[in-house]
Amino acid sequence: MHELAIAESLLEIVLEEGLRHNLRTVEVIRLQVGALAAVVPEALTFSFEMVSQNTIASGAVLEIETLPVVARCSACEVNFEVENQVFLCARCGQPTLELISGRELSLVNLEGETRDDDGGN
Amino acid sequence: MAEIKVPVVRNILQANERLAAANRKRFDEAGIFVFNLMSSPGAGKTSLLEKTVDGLADRIKMAVIEGDLQCSFDAERIQRKGVQAVQINTDGGCHLDGNMIQIALESLNLNDLDLLIIENVGNLVCPAEFNLGEHEKVMILSVTEGDDKPSKYPLMFQLTSVLLVNKVDLLPHIDCDVAKIRERARQINARQQVFEISCRTGQGLPAWFSWVEQKVKEKKQN
Repeated sequence: MHELAIAESLLEIVLEEGLRHNLRTVEVIRLQVGALAAVVPEALTFSFEMVSQNTIASGAVLEIETLPVVARCSACEVNFEVENQVFLCARCGQPTLELISGRELSLVNLEGETRDDDGGN
Repeated sequence: MAEIKVPVVRNILQANERLAAANRKRFDEAGIFVFNLMSSPGAGKTSLLEKTVDGLADRIKMAVIEGDLQCSFDAERIQRKGVQAVQINTDGGCHLDGNMIQIALESLNLNDLDLLIIENVGNLVCPAEFNLGEHEKVMILSVTEGDDKPSKYPLMFQLTSVLLVNKVDLLPHIDCDVAKIRERARQINARQQVFEISCRTGQGLPAWFSWVEQKVKEKKQN
């Protein structure tokens, strides 16, 4: 259940950004999570619901986009999607060591309401 | 009041990454080699450490940071060997993080060391996501866990530079094909070095000791 630790880090960043952008509430939190990241979206959502109680992000919806695992073959100079955890070039069969995507654990954007004193912007 | 959309684009684990980088800087300034040892519970992490202390302590000055859910049995096992061991109890937490290591470092004088080994909490999933500042990640898979494990825990196999296949003395009694482990591991991470060992009989350990010694030597030269 390291999703709890990840949820805590996420909340910290969301609250920081909320303060910076003068948000009264945060309603949507969009994340990108690579398929290779050891994160279960349901566990992250559940953990975030717990840690965000009584904050501006309480009740926010986590929209999690899963990114495929893409590797690059340096010999063929092609990118290919890794399936079934086989990191071998689809064209030449050589093992690849270069990962293009799949390990992301990123906050992409937030949606929320600004405070009244924001001048209505 | 207005609805707004704020673009952010930040790594969620950036706080841990910063701490790991700070730890790494301290390791590099002291010129010591640090590896993060990970495996499932019971694969033989502490046994490997005991053997590694026996094999190398006469020429390498080492210390161990022991991560455990509870209790300090593991640290005591290492201390009995005359090596400094700092215990971190995660109180149920499933992995170590950069902050826990930073705190543990307060009890160690890095300038007195050549090698620091961090024994992570027994778990093949969670510890993979958290860098601690280590130079290398090392994993143990014991043959009793089965030869299908590389495909089930791809991130752990992707990130570790060494795979120690432990308990090979049990191979005659179980259905586990080390060739399959090697093949699946190679498909995930062709860079990974594999050592077949038995902490009980000592088989294969000299090659592992040489790897550690070589890494320690490289750090000292830098």
